[in-house]
Amino acid sequence: MSRERLLNGALLLALILIPAWALYADEPFTITLATRAVIFALAAVGLNIALGLGGLVSLGHAVFFGIGGYAMGILASHAQSYTPLIEWPFVIEGTKSMPVIWLVAIVASSGAALLIGLLSLRTSGVYFIMITLAFGQMMYFFAISWPAYGGEDGLSIYVRNGFPGLNTLDPIQFYGLCLALLCLVLAVNARLMRSPFGLALDAARQVPERVRAVGLDPRRLQLVALVISGAITGLAGALFADLNRFVSPTMLSWQMSGEIMVFVIIGGVARLFGPVAGAGIYVLLEHLLGGVSEYWQIFLGLVLLIVVLFGKGGVVGMIGGRRRDG
Amino acid sequence: MSPILLVEQVLNGLQSGVMLFLMAAGLTLIFGVMGLINLAHGSLYMIGAFAAAAVAGATGSFALALVAALAAAAAAGALIELLVIRRLYARDHLDQVLATFALILILSEGTRWLFGSFPLYLNMPDALSGTVTLPGGIVYPVYRLALIAVGIAVALGLWWLNTRTRLGIQIRAGENDRQMIAALGVDISRLYTLVFAIGAALAGLAGALVGAIQSVQVGMGEPVLILAFVVIVIGGIGSIKGALIGALLVGLTDTLGGVLLPELFKLFTDPASAAATGSAFASMAIYVLMASVLIWRPTGLFGARP
Amino acid sequence: MADPILATHGLSKAFGALQASDAISLDLRAGEIHAVIGPNGAGKSTLIAQICGALAPDAGLVEFLGRDVTRESTQARAARGLARTFQTSALAMEDTVLQNALLGALGASGRPWRFFSRATQDAALRDRAEAALEAVGLADLSELRTAELSHGQRRQLEVAVALTLEPKAFVMDEPMAGLGQEGSKRLTGFLDGLRVQAPILLVEHDMDAVFALADRISVLVYGKVIATGSVAEIRRDPLVRDAYLGDDA
Repeated sequence: MSRERLLNGALLLALILIPAWALYADEPFTITLATRAVIFALAAVGLNIALGLGGLVSLGHAVFFGIGGYAMGILASHAQSYTPLIEWPFVIEGTKSMPVIWLVAIVASSGAALLIGLLSLRTSGVYFIMITLAFGQMMYFFAISWPAYGGEDGLSIYVRNGFPGLNTLDPIQFYGLCLALLCLVLAVNARLMRSPFGLALDAARQVPERVRAVGLDPRRLQLVALVISGAITGLAGALFADLNRFVSPTMLSWQMSGEIMVFVIIGGVARLFGPVAGAGIYVLLEHLLGGVSEYWQIFLGLVLLIVVLFGKGGVVGMIGGRRRDG
Repeated sequence: MSPILLVEQVLNGLQSGVMLFLMAAGLTLIFGVMGLINLAHGSLYMIGAFAAAAVAGATGSFALALVAALAAAAAAGALIELLVIRRLYARDHLDQVLATFALILILSEGTRWLFGSFPLYLNMPDALSGTVTLPGGIVYPVYRLALIAVGIAVALGLWWLNTRTRLGIQIRAGENDRQMIAALGVDISRLYTLVFAIGAALAGLAGALVGAIQSVQVGMGEPVLILAFVVIVIGGIGSIKGALIGALLVGLTDTLGGVLLPELFKLFTDPASAAATGSAFASMAIYVLMASVLIWRPTGLFGARP
Repeated sequence: MADPILATHGLSKAFGALQASDAISLDLRAGEIHAVIGPNGAGKSTLIAQICGALAPDAGLVEFLGRDVTRESTQARAARGLARTFQTSALAMEDTVLQNALLGALGASGRPWRFFSRATQDAALRDRAEAALEAVGLADLSELRTAELSHGQRRQLEVAVALTLEPKAFVMDEPMAGLGQEGSKRLTGFLDGLRVQAPILLVEHDMDAVFALADRISVLVYGKVIATGSVAEIRRDPLVRDAYLGDDA
């Protein structure tokens, strides 16, 4: 068993044991922190598919995160005020059911990813970075100036949405739900990395001209990767909004996009568990340093700078050694 | 809408366009010469504004404030070039994005630590604070006209620098062939530091000039940075001319969209919701412009064809 | 005479004042190796780029299997059965040798939209990839990372990836480059047998290989084909001796 696998197993075990520890130590807030980390990890697993496998440096993933969040906010706010979303040509009611909200979040964010991808994949390299950042900003300003759903103030819901058979108001049960989704998506991601699609996508990142020469279209592969990536980050957005029972344009901001990317990079790009390690470290730093200094992001900036300049491969890369696949 | 209001808005659009040009010119110059995407360019804009506000607060002189803005931004630019940026030239765009994102965090939080979270105010000089009546009876603030003049002067200055000076020749050589320029005996790392400092100074100047009509606060740079990216995508990367045309297009679209779209929506719905809906869509206008350019010319209006 | 598999008609491309391709017409017939030679800067790479679809010509046509493909993308031409090798190896260096060959097999299958099966355990893909690796003599190295291959082995893998496509025609861009005597002799032997599978348009600097392999040779100088003929004809052609051999020697 490779060191990377051992590390992955340890991470997973830690995530499973956190609630037990929180109960034992009587620190229920730990569960909220851990839920936050798990949801961030899910968002970053999404980005890692575009960034790590597809080589697409998207600085606009907050769009999908935010769309997922607003899918939750809009559906739940209509449900709690008993007003339908639209009445014509047919009536669509709001809902407080998580599975339905997740489905809407996934469909909406993958649709956005498709549109953004169709436009931004006409270019590459540094243009792609600037364009994804710009579309992110567009959604941000749109959310701020669109008054129907709270504008700048965002949307609050009174009670967390429900999941059949679970009491989502119990932090541990909600945490378990988020962790289960993360594990499911990680399993899908692991399959994806080794699938024919993953093989072609990985090659499209490294040598697009070769991929074309064997008769495949690298852009189409990357577009599909971006759509899958956006869908996962959108799902994470819906969960994040449910965790906070609140969604606001902040979820769509460029800082959010940057943070999702930071999770991936600190953990280790193109590593299955890189985003999990990265999100965990981020939440831990935020909690520990944030308690020491109001200006803790200076330290985050320094850590990031050091990882980028000197530590290739992120934490998983440093501990787990060189990347292997196949 | 009256023609006077329209002309006023066109002038506002030009004014915000030329300020965007100051940002975009530096970004595109740095990309053209060094191949670097610099997210921290917005931080240099912020540093210029804070330096100006601090010096103006202490001395009361707007001229000194501008000098301070230029000096502080250029010095900060040169410093981060020496410490961080020059390690990034050989790296891929992802590393550049991340390292300069880290710089944003450090510079923004550092500024907040020094100056606090409350906005500072920078007063425009008395001589420029009045209004002037233009032909046709348009009353317009002198200061905004002065900004347009500064923008035009900088554009001319860059054109002169690029075509008429030794530095310009070296810059253009550096854009075309890095080895060649090293072979010609030009100290390339000094050239890079200089180009970066010039770009930084332009950003700092823009920050100080705009700081006098908006508040000076942490985080003011990044929205402008992203607009400058939109400008570059429209104009074509590496092209100063593209930056100028793109900046004016974005400035005009943004300003006129904000006025005209609500008017347009009034034709269909009641005034209150027309204003809200109109301004929501107006906030998207420049991105729609960018998307159209992308469909029409993926490498921008003046970018190199692949 | 049977229709050619691949042909160009009056292919022209200029970069500013430089006429890189000047009305190039040549063809590739079933069962043959047609070599294109010429001094550096003659426009050989530009020609290949236009044939394979990486570069759009200013004028002229590219015909493949009797069909005008001038406006088709690289991937569409590849899907029709036009396989190329690259002058500087274009391989996924982080992946294993087998994975590179699998990519070719995947391209040939035309079904990349499979997200859950394992690429390395797909029998059809694997058979095709392993057969190609076997053919070029890389079967024993299939689990090695491509970055760890020697230069010569990478050249072999280039050819193997093209083989996985089971193409109707090969376009090879200096496959012998940097191989050394032993290596190019081996590859010459291999290509010699390959022409019965599919004809080869061979751009090559190694004159020993060209004279040993080619059924026909076209000589490209300053973007123009100045002569086309058998090895013997080209050796005798005074124009060629003057323009090319004189230039190079």
